[in-house]
Amino acid sequence: MKPLFRTCPETGLVWHKSAESLIKANAIAAVVFLAVGGFLGLLVALTRWPALQILDAARFYQVLTGHGIVTLLVWIIFFEIALLYFCSAVLLRCRLAMPRVAWVGFGLMLGGAAIAAVAILQGGSSVMMTSYVPMPAAPHFYLGLILFAVGALIGTFIFFGTLVIARDERTYEGSIPLVTFGALTAAIIAVFTIASGAIILIPTFLWSVGYISEIDPLMYRLVWWGMGHSSQQINVAAQVAVWYAIAAIVFGARPMSEKVSRGAFLLYIMFISIASAHHLLVDPGVGTEWKIFNTSYAMYLAVLASLIHGLTVPGSIEVAQRRKGLNRGLFEWLRKAPWGNPAFSGMFLSLVGFGFIGGISGVVMGVEQINFLIHNTIYVPGHFHGTVALGTTLAFMALSFWLVPVLFRRELIWPKLASWQPWLFGIGTALQAFFMMGAGTLGVSRRHWDMAFTGSAFEWAYPGMAYTMMGLNGISAIMAVTGGAAFVLIMVGTIFFGKRKDIPADYSTRRPGLLKRGPAEALGSHGSIGMKGLATPGTFVLAMFLMLVFVVYYVINYAYLATLWKIA
Amino acid sequence: MSSLLPPAEKVWWKQPIDRVETVWIVIALVWCLIMFFMMPYWHVYGEQNYSGEAYRTTPQAFTAKVGEMVEQHTVRHETDRMIPVVRPPAGSDIYLLARLWEWYPVLELQKGETYRLHVSSADWQHGLSIQPINVNVQILPGYDMVLTITPTISGEYALVCNEYCGILHHAMLGKLYVVDN
Repeated sequence: MKPLFRTCPETGLVWHKSAESLIKANAIAAVVFLAVGGFLGLLVALTRWPALQILDAARFYQVLTGHGIVTLLVWIIFFEIALLYFCSAVLLRCRLAMPRVAWVGFGLMLGGAAIAAVAILQGGSSVMMTSYVPMPAAPHFYLGLILFAVGALIGTFIFFGTLVIARDERTYEGSIPLVTFGALTAAIIAVFTIASGAIILIPTFLWSVGYISEIDPLMYRLVWWGMGHSSQQINVAAQVAVWYAIAAIVFGARPMSEKVSRGAFLLYIMFISIASAHHLLVDPGVGTEWKIFNTSYAMYLAVLASLIHGLTVPGSIEVAQRRKGLNRGLFEWLRKAPWGNPAFSGMFLSLVGFGFIGGISGVVMGVEQINFLIHNTIYVPGHFHGTVALGTTLAFMALSFWLVPVLFRRELIWPKLASWQPWLFGIGTALQAFFMMGAGTLGVSRRHWDMAFTGSAFEWAYPGMAYTMMGLNGISAIMAVTGGAAFVLIMVGTIFFGKRKDIPADYSTRRPGLLKRGPAEALGSHGSIGMKGLATPGTFVLAMFLMLVFVVYYVINYAYLATLWKIA
Repeated sequence: MSSLLPPAEKVWWKQPIDRVETVWIVIALVWCLIMFFMMPYWHVYGEQNYSGEAYRTTPQAFTAKVGEMVEQHTVRHETDRMIPVVRPPAGSDIYLLARLWEWYPVLELQKGETYRLHVSSADWQHGLSIQPINVNVQILPGYDMVLTITPTISGEYALVCNEYCGILHHAMLGKLYVVDN
């Protein structure tokens, strides 16, 4: 059977039919799981609102386990598989490698997620996403996760295979595009991640059926976090690729420097996977030197990479805008950006939120000594709602507002609601992150049903402010979930009821034309834009502001630590 | 849509970098290095560090150590569950056991004195969270974690479990007293 292609007259994108179907299937699965996971998240937040506490303890831990797995793993990885296929087959105008095998991978992911879901619903596997041994879950809980991971690994190798085909069949000129390079970074990290998952979950499955007598709890944590943390690093790489993609789609932006942006992605590949240590900073049995080297990604080189993207992504937008004539002052380019376009507003809120909330908190809590103040408090979920919900999820939502209409050849329904969606979801999750971090700073635990300790021998009361913050977190969660629900409704509505675009589905066996290099830029032409010899003065000011907040927050934490008991 | 297209230049890795990028990379790298060296610096000059001291143990062996301390140094009992309050001598090795769902026993320490606090779990993973100072460490079964602590502020402290440990996790609350000499 010869591969079939269609060229989209609107965007110029070339869709290989099998790739198109697989992207659709993975994207739909992603949205369905996001809806489930978001609903579970609402239940969690409303239970942790002390005045409401809507679930009982057993149900709460069950729902929390489900929320973690469905949102952190299932929704995001389904979307990422769709993204990998898009960044390879579609962007490179190439046929997807082995589509039938890709469908097997999709089936494994779906089946695995379903099996894990059944295990959680049955109630015997309320072990949290981390399933720390020796607390046991049902064997099929681990089995479901293993099958899901195998499916995801297949998807990753389909991506690699497609890159090889594109190169072999010369479908593009020169090097792969930056966005594909970012997706490649995510895929490489994914291989390491899934390997770690297999190394720990397969023995744990065997332990749960009685074949292995004991799993060392520290070894489990070390290897499990090789999956648990690194999977969030896949998200970072994928989300940065999405930022670059949206900057290109909305503004026609090009990277300020291919070398710098690709170099930053390379730093992710080399250093980001050692961050398993972030979770073991106050564990017994691992050495200080190991902790310092690993928690800092060697010497914060992966943080350096994120700081670089933090400049170059908005910088590329600033250059594009200034070239269009929005060259006045520091921020005309940003003021006059299309804030009503959800693809842009979502992307920009994701960028700012990830940097200021998720990024800074993540680095500070990952400092070996400061981790004393943060470990296992609700500050931790505060941080990762800043990275995964506000950063990754919002970036993926933003891309979907552009991608889904193009993919399904339908108009976006309810454009007005769509233009509000990123603000609802973005501000809601940002406030959630903020309040959880605040409550965590006051000592409130994560994964804890009752901050009033009902039924214990002793009594202890957290400060009133901690209770207030947990209530405000609940209110913010309602806002975030409203935004999330709006996203799901718009996506489902567009797929089923959106007005059909007048684009014929004429697939042909003719090979699409060569993907040519981007238009060249006259050397030194940055000179005509910007201020004081800087092409992107506005972005530079924003970046310096980020740095200022970062340094101040870091110093405050060490200063507070210094007032505590002496520990050696 | 250039980030979606192959680089314009054939040898893109030889293109000059804009000044704003170079300046930012230098600033960011300097900050990264400061943050890196801050951690070893604090180990030498700071007073809040976990040295990493830990030993292999078993629930039986550790529980025996706790029992020995409780037998020798109990000064009173508290609550209707008669939980022993132990006042070990300053400078000694003291033991705290995490188990479903309590911290055992209650420790009474003297302000400004130094103790070698051993913590371990008899069953599943637990998290020791000392409130209100909000110091948190992970407790694993089979590992005897040794924290050399000097309480510098007197008062009543709560020991919260902050690693999920089952259905009564929320009720796992202990006490620790720091008294003036």
